[in-house]
Amino acid sequence: MKNNHYDAIVVGSGISGGWAAKELTEKGLKVLMLERGRNIEHVKDYTNAHKEAWDYPHRGERTQEMIENYPVLKRDYPLNEPTLGMWTNEKDSPYVEEKRFDWFRGYHMGGRSLTWGRQSYRLNKEDFQANAKEGIAVDWPIRYEDVSPWYDYVERFAGISGSKDGLDVLPDGEYQTPMPLNCVEKDVAARIQKTFKGQRHLIPGRTSNMTEPKPKEGRTNCQYRNKCWLGCPFGGYFSTQSSTLPAAVKTGNLTVRPYSIVTEILYDKDKKRAKGVAVIDAETNETYEFTSKILFVNASSFNSTWLLMNSATDIWQGGLGSSSGELGHNVMDHHFRIGAHAMVEGYEDKYHYGRRPSGFYVPRFRNWGDDKRDYVRGFGYQGSASRQGWGRDVAEMGIGADLKNAISEPGSWQIGMTAFGEMLPDHSNRIFLDKTKRDKWGLPVLAMDVEIKDNEKRMRKDMMQDAIDIFEAAGMKNVQGYDADYFPGQGIHEMGTARMGRDPKTSVLNGNNQVWDALNVFVTDGACMTSASCVNPSLTYMALTARAADFAVEELKKGNL
Amino acid sequence: MSMNRRELLKMIAAATGTAFVSANAMAYVTLPMKTVQETAFSKDDIAFFNEVGEVIIPRTDTPGAKDVNVGFMMAVIVTDCYTAPQQAAFKDGIAKIKALAKSTYGKDFLLLSNDERTSLLASLNDEADVFNTKAKLASKGVKDAEKPLPHGFTLIKQLTLFTFFTSKEGATKVLRYVAIPGRYDGELPYKKGDRAWAT
Repeated sequence: MKNNHYDAIVVGSGISGGWAAKELTEKGLKVLMLERGRNIEHVKDYTNAHKEAWDYPHRGERTQEMIENYPVLKRDYPLNEPTLGMWTNEKDSPYVEEKRFDWFRGYHMGGRSLTWGRQSYRLNKEDFQANAKEGIAVDWPIRYEDVSPWYDYVERFAGISGSKDGLDVLPDGEYQTPMPLNCVEKDVAARIQKTFKGQRHLIPGRTSNMTEPKPKEGRTNCQYRNKCWLGCPFGGYFSTQSSTLPAAVKTGNLTVRPYSIVTEILYDKDKKRAKGVAVIDAETNETYEFTSKILFVNASSFNSTWLLMNSATDIWQGGLGSSSGELGHNVMDHHFRIGAHAMVEGYEDKYHYGRRPSGFYVPRFRNWGDDKRDYVRGFGYQGSASRQGWGRDVAEMGIGADLKNAISEPGSWQIGMTAFGEMLPDHSNRIFLDKTKRDKWGLPVLAMDVEIKDNEKRMRKDMMQDAIDIFEAAGMKNVQGYDADYFPGQGIHEMGTARMGRDPKTSVLNGNNQVWDALNVFVTDGACMTSASCVNPSLTYMALTARAADFAVEELKKGNL
Repeated sequence: MSMNRRELLKMIAAATGTAFVSANAMAYVTLPMKTVQETAFSKDDIAFFNEVGEVIIPRTDTPGAKDVNVGFMMAVIVTDCYTAPQQAAFKDGIAKIKALAKSTYGKDFLLLSNDERTSLLASLNDEADVFNTKAKLASKGVKDAEKPLPHGFTLIKQLTLFTFFTSKEGATKVLRYVAIPGRYDGELPYKKGDRAWAT
């Protein structure tokens, strides 16, 4: 390689890697972004984006062959024909389940920024203090005020739509006009407000689907097709491709290298700094080394930790950051798949137009204010109301023209919501290297040993019952609670394993996301999370990444790195 | 869009010397449409499925099952998406229709009048409802994956509805579909008779 030195290397191109690349290049650094999978180019490579159900050979359904090829992915909804190829090849990249763990990965340019849920909420003040107050795990080294201006910053650029509700539990941000609630949701919101006397709220989901265009960035507002996971040709939602990558490319400071699996952080034990990275080309198996002044590790929570575990093992057997005894520990996710659904009477003269890619949100109300439960922390609900379509159960309709006519018209309104609960950081919930098993490139794989504990199990009782109570209070009919069972990983919100903290003896990263043992290495994806909150985490990764990038460049200028 | 493709490609090429592989490898996976030969069924089978489907979703002032060739998509989905037990249940359901036509009318199903076909399938539909209700009660508390299969006719009916309403004609001529709605209205006025959205 002629030129293998850069100011900064970014490992990974997903939500946080894209932000790292954008921030560092815009601040003038020459940046190499390494992506382990193939390139996916904005618009051009969204090959299914304009397809309809009838354009797929199986109308979008999963085949037995797909089920055979994706033994993990088949366990849940992401395995389907339209998004095929957007999930990691499980045969090439296996992992070990000491306990069942559903790991849904995306090894390609943009990572899971193309297939994320897009709900974008801020952690609140309490989220950053709860560990300390309750004596759980370790204290966050930062407070809400440290992150708040960075939330402002990333929200403005990413384009988040949402309402400002003035709630301490769910701080307001810099939002575009919210996506509207429909007539049923509005009335339910009003009834909740009345019944629960302002203690519970139903608000429009805050989502990275834009309601206003961003012409400067070549992005159009959401067109309400609800095909986000196919990549949006309008740039209607935030992804690396629609948002951060073009900004980084525009600076002329970015180099992107796909098919680059980073196998190791090269560590200089005298200077106690990283020198660069070793890379294996995923296609040719050739190996390369790249060097840089600073390194941003944004490979997704578990893969970032995997990389640390594989680095500097001549000094620390457990890898870079393992001196804390916490590397790989404190795995968190959001536990969910529990809630309630109900029928709605009336509103027969109303319908909906457009396929809104978001819904409503009920912010946490448990263990908030004067409320005290037999568990700590809380949960929020995500849901929506709509009229039933042709797929409804019409057993009594039999067959023939009557059936056809009946289901060609919309059915009753129905409403449902799912709770997303906070999972506590627990040292015993961990991932580790299993060197007896290797992936396609001969690299050791991760083993998962994670389960929900008593606090989550107690919380789940409220997660179902409160949903039932809310719908009954709102006058809904035939209210049914449900628990579809939850296994760690299903939230696709894996967090922890390289937590931030105040003490190198109990945390992997400091308050600026620097690895204590290599201050020029920053980990700013979900691995850094000290606690999980109950809100969707990606917005926080964006904010922490922008904050850490700003700090890193200042430190470089001062000659500290 | 704003991303400068050429610039990006140039940078990648400069850094790596790696040429991109085929265009397909860069994109979401797109699979080819299936042919009759790739299914486990014959043209005659598919014609039969269409006739059965037409009784379930007949042509009225809008297209029916036969118009959109549900039989072909049923064959594709049973071949590729169904498990072996589901395939057996589906085939059993088809065999039952044929046998019932013989035992009730002494004729092939295809030689029955429309009224006879409707009456025959309606009786099977009733039988299926009773069967499914019993099975549901018996398997209460059993996990979804371990629940028994529904009656064979239920599979045929579900497949007919699915392949019909996900077809272009079903979605756009029987139901309503707008590819790019452009906005969301949560209080759209509705009057009885207005068609449902396809999705």
